[in-house]
Amino acid sequence: MSVAAPPDEAQALDGPSELATPGLERQAERAKARQGFLLGLPAILYLLVFFVIPLGVVVAYSFATRTRSGRTELRDWNLNAYARLGDDIVLTVAWRSLWVAALTTVICLLLAYPLAYFISTRSAVTRNLLLVGIMIPFWSNFLIRTYAWRVLLDSDGLVTQMVQATGLGDGRILFTTNAVILGLVYGYLPFMVLPLYAAIERIDWSLVEGARDLYANGWGAFRRVVWPLSKPGVVAGSILVFVPSFGAYVTPAILGGNKEGLLGSYIVLQFLSARNGPVGSAVSVVVLVVMLLGTLLYFRAGGKNL
Amino acid sequence: MHDTTDGPRPAVELQGVVKRFGDRSGTEVTAVDDLDLTIADGEFFSLLGPSGCGKTTTLRMIAGLELPTAGSIRIHGEEMGLRPPNRRPVNTVFQNYALFPHMTVAKNIGFGLEMRKVPTGDRAELIDWAIQLVEMGALAHRKPGQLSGGQQQRVALARALVNRPEVLLLDEPLGALDLKLRQQMQHELKTLQREVGITFVYVTHDQEEAVTMSDRIGVMHDGRLLQVDTPEAIYERPTTRFVADFIGQSNFLEATVASADEVVLANGQRLRLSSDSPSGEAVAVTVRPERLTVHRRGEAPAGLHHLEGRVEMVTYMGNAIVYGIGIDWMHLDVRCPATLAVERRDVGDEVTVSFEPRHAAVVTG
Repeated sequence: MSVAAPPDEAQALDGPSELATPGLERQAERAKARQGFLLGLPAILYLLVFFVIPLGVVVAYSFATRTRSGRTELRDWNLNAYARLGDDIVLTVAWRSLWVAALTTVICLLLAYPLAYFISTRSAVTRNLLLVGIMIPFWSNFLIRTYAWRVLLDSDGLVTQMVQATGLGDGRILFTTNAVILGLVYGYLPFMVLPLYAAIERIDWSLVEGARDLYANGWGAFRRVVWPLSKPGVVAGSILVFVPSFGAYVTPAILGGNKEGLLGSYIVLQFLSARNGPVGSAVSVVVLVVMLLGTLLYFRAGGKNL
Repeated sequence: MHDTTDGPRPAVELQGVVKRFGDRSGTEVTAVDDLDLTIADGEFFSLLGPSGCGKTTTLRMIAGLELPTAGSIRIHGEEMGLRPPNRRPVNTVFQNYALFPHMTVAKNIGFGLEMRKVPTGDRAELIDWAIQLVEMGALAHRKPGQLSGGQQQRVALARALVNRPEVLLLDEPLGALDLKLRQQMQHELKTLQREVGITFVYVTHDQEEAVTMSDRIGVMHDGRLLQVDTPEAIYERPTTRFVADFIGQSNFLEATVASADEVVLANGQRLRLSSDSPSGEAVAVTVRPERLTVHRRGEAPAGLHHLEGRVEMVTYMGNAIVYGIGIDWMHLDVRCPATLAVERRDVGDEVTVSFEPRHAAVVTG
């Protein structure tokens, strides 16, 4: 009674089998790639129709011609709109937007870091409760929440009265850049907290113990270990706050009264009031490119140490 | 440091150290229970025990990473009290190494010196010394993520030793390495310790590791220190059943203390063995399998303790043969060298098992 395979069968197992030929392997890989593409197709189509094509329209508009009546016609391609970007008004508005966005980002970072640190050092249950708390504002509309600030900051609003009661000033900041920054910080703070939390929560706490064991005091351990390891969160959060702040429209419109215009309102103004599609588009394109480059550089700088 | 006493002071002294952890529900767990321990200067001391026995908690209390609930911890005579880890003259090699992933090997090693504000020139020199010590010169500019487990281990060691701590604390530093590397590192650690002359306190659950490296071992169980002795004494003269069982293998013969130098086995046989336990106390006589000898029934030499039984199982182990022998009320393992000079037994053989009185220990628990 032999249980060994007959000689011809054994040979077939040793010899090259059909399954292992290079051609078939490549075919299988291609089929897999095709499958991946098909899965992504709905999203790809959506983005193509509602993002890539409109973006192409904006880019095309920026090189188009504005007729006397204010219509934009896709002929006589030119750079006239880009020439207008050097105007004092555009530079002032751009600079102010940059400043507002930068200040908003820094304030968000200063407020969010200790909070994210606090949350990530709590027990699992407390942590989840606090995170839900951070996200509760999203349950109501951003526009409504911004209008609520208008009520609070009104000359007889709650916040204004409280500031006056403490004697710190008259508290009238509605329709100033300060009110805009306050509104932006309020609106975008969660976008700073969440990536920071994700980054800090991932840090191995034995590294902090290691630093303490190696003669670092609390501050030293933070500066040399926690901060550098949380940098990806700082980078991600800063981008998530800076980018929408830079192009913000709703908050400045409601809380800033558009007295001191920002880029978002300037673009809307060009399209709707001045009826100058090419200039509005050109500003949009430049903002887009600048943001893209800035983001890339920031990622590079932040990612270097990781 | 002011020295007011004569002679070398112990490196570490623990007195009545207790650590209790409370959880939410209010129940308290005593991780370390009234621990007294003195570790001499320059000693390689191991805390050995199963996981959860409190050995790591003890180490962390010496490091200052946990504060004791009660008791006193002194390092070279100085009371540590509530001192934070950064102000204690000790360094730790962590179980998972805890290397800083965003720093190079050299930066990792220099971290402690940097925090203590050692001048840059001296720092470079010391880092160099430590890197050479663990033979990591070629990899000084790598980051921990680019190193193998064994290399990370060396960096962790260098990072601690470069500070010339008074005491080096090691928390299962070889646990993550594979067997071969572990044995090599055991040897290197021991050599290194002799070379630098620093007191090592080594936490491990691996009895072989503890036995091969240590000058003395403290065996812990359920937060208590059961026995502190040299590896040989722990192996040859365990005082508790737990220690005898945890360090190597052993046979346990249930017995009762008859007098200060006699015990009665469960079958009524009397053995002259001295013990510290009071008369009437239930104890066990423990003998290592390799300390037992098998003879043909009735041929065992006089002057030894004898037990009569029958061979029930024979297991060939290559360098040894293990006989499972049934004596009338229990079962013994006997380990014999597998040489031609030793006569083989077969299953069913009637035999006498003998051992020298000095190879038996009376244990409690």
